[in-house]
Amino acid sequence: MQNRTLEIGVGMFLLAGILALVLLALRVSGLSTSSTTDTYKLYAYFDNIAGLTVRAKVSMAGVTIGKVTAIDLDHDHFTGRVTMQIDKRVNNLTTDSTASILTAGLLGEKYVGLSVGGEDTVLKDGGTIHDTQSSLVLEDLIGKFLMNSVNNKDAK
Amino acid sequence: MRKKSLLERIRLLGRSAIDIVGVLGRSGMFLMHALVGRRGIGGGFQLLVKQLYSVGVMSLLIVVVSGMFIGMVLALQGFSILAKYGSEQATGQMVALTLLRELGPVVTALLFAGRAGSALTAEIGNMKATEQLSSLEMIGVDPLKYIAAPRLWAGFISLPVLAIIFSVVGIWGGSWVAIDWLGVYDGSFWANMQNSVNFNEDVINGVIKSIVFAFVVTWIAVFQGYDCEATSEGISRATTKTVVYSSLAILGLDFILTALMFGDF
Repeated sequence: MQNRTLEIGVGMFLLAGILALVLLALRVSGLSTSSTTDTYKLYAYFDNIAGLTVRAKVSMAGVTIGKVTAIDLDHDHFTGRVTMQIDKRVNNLTTDSTASILTAGLLGEKYVGLSVGGEDTVLKDGGTIHDTQSSLVLEDLIGKFLMNSVNNKDAK
Repeated sequence: MRKKSLLERIRLLGRSAIDIVGVLGRSGMFLMHALVGRRGIGGGFQLLVKQLYSVGVMSLLIVVVSGMFIGMVLALQGFSILAKYGSEQATGQMVALTLLRELGPVVTALLFAGRAGSALTAEIGNMKATEQLSSLEMIGVDPLKYIAAPRLWAGFISLPVLAIIFSVVGIWGGSWVAIDWLGVYDGSFWANMQNSVNFNEDVINGVIKSIVFAFVVTWIAVFQGYDCEATSEGISRATTKTVVYSSLAILGLDFILTALMFGDF
């Protein structure tokens, strides 16, 4: 009888451990059961991807529809190439869709925002989005602002 | 005190080096003998269950309570700093990453060394002092297989489980403080956490850390008990050594493992 309670205790202990691991997987790290097979790949070339990181989300109208899987430099054109995995269910992105790098909040993380155009043809797996808008670099903006104020002073 | 000659000092240095190498060799042999090879008599599973109960289940309370409080404190401190920058919804991310990567494995291992490791050393040391180990040998039972092996396995299994439970309870405590008390919006709390925590990188690496700690702590504890002087002083010294050595080993190894896992080189 003593042995029985002991074994039940150990069994419950191990069960709690497994349950905790499952909880960590699903609730904390957001590991979803859907595999990468129900996504397709899209590329986009940006003049400046400053601040965008791998695993950043790709969203459309505020809804997350994919994530950034790789960022590398296009060797010939010196532009940043962003590889994205898009959910298969979103299969009606037109070829003239635009991609822009946006910021969540003032200092938040960067993400890619997509918006559709009006073409009839849709992007296939491995397609490229040509119409892109680069990320906003605060230093450039300040530089432009300063230049403007200097020019204004000269004009007076 | 008599002044020591130069030769005497060199002799002492040599002897301490030989002692250290001797202990390392003996502990390695001890581990090999205990874990590898044929088991003498049956009932191994029963012994393991008994040890799992006393090593793992009995440590559950201290791990759960300290995990909850550490998670709550992390949320409180993190919130007060992050709120200054207007990004209090990142509290969840901070609590989860800190617990999964560092505090979960390390604090659990330290608690485990204090709670279970010292008990293992004292128990085995006392068995040695009262000559129970020699009696076992006399009746033809290998004490390494019968006494040491189940305790080692119990430690290896239970510490990772305890560390996972610690992290979960800590995150739960942190979310309780952040969401219910400090008023962080719960949607962004969990979303931020899920965005930043990578299962393979953070959770699995944390578990690997705790497996390494489990190995080291249990090894030190059982070996110190087995190798101690068979007197009451010897037992007390061995128990102290267990806690000190395992704490130092945990903290040192943690740095090395963190550098290997999360360092960028």
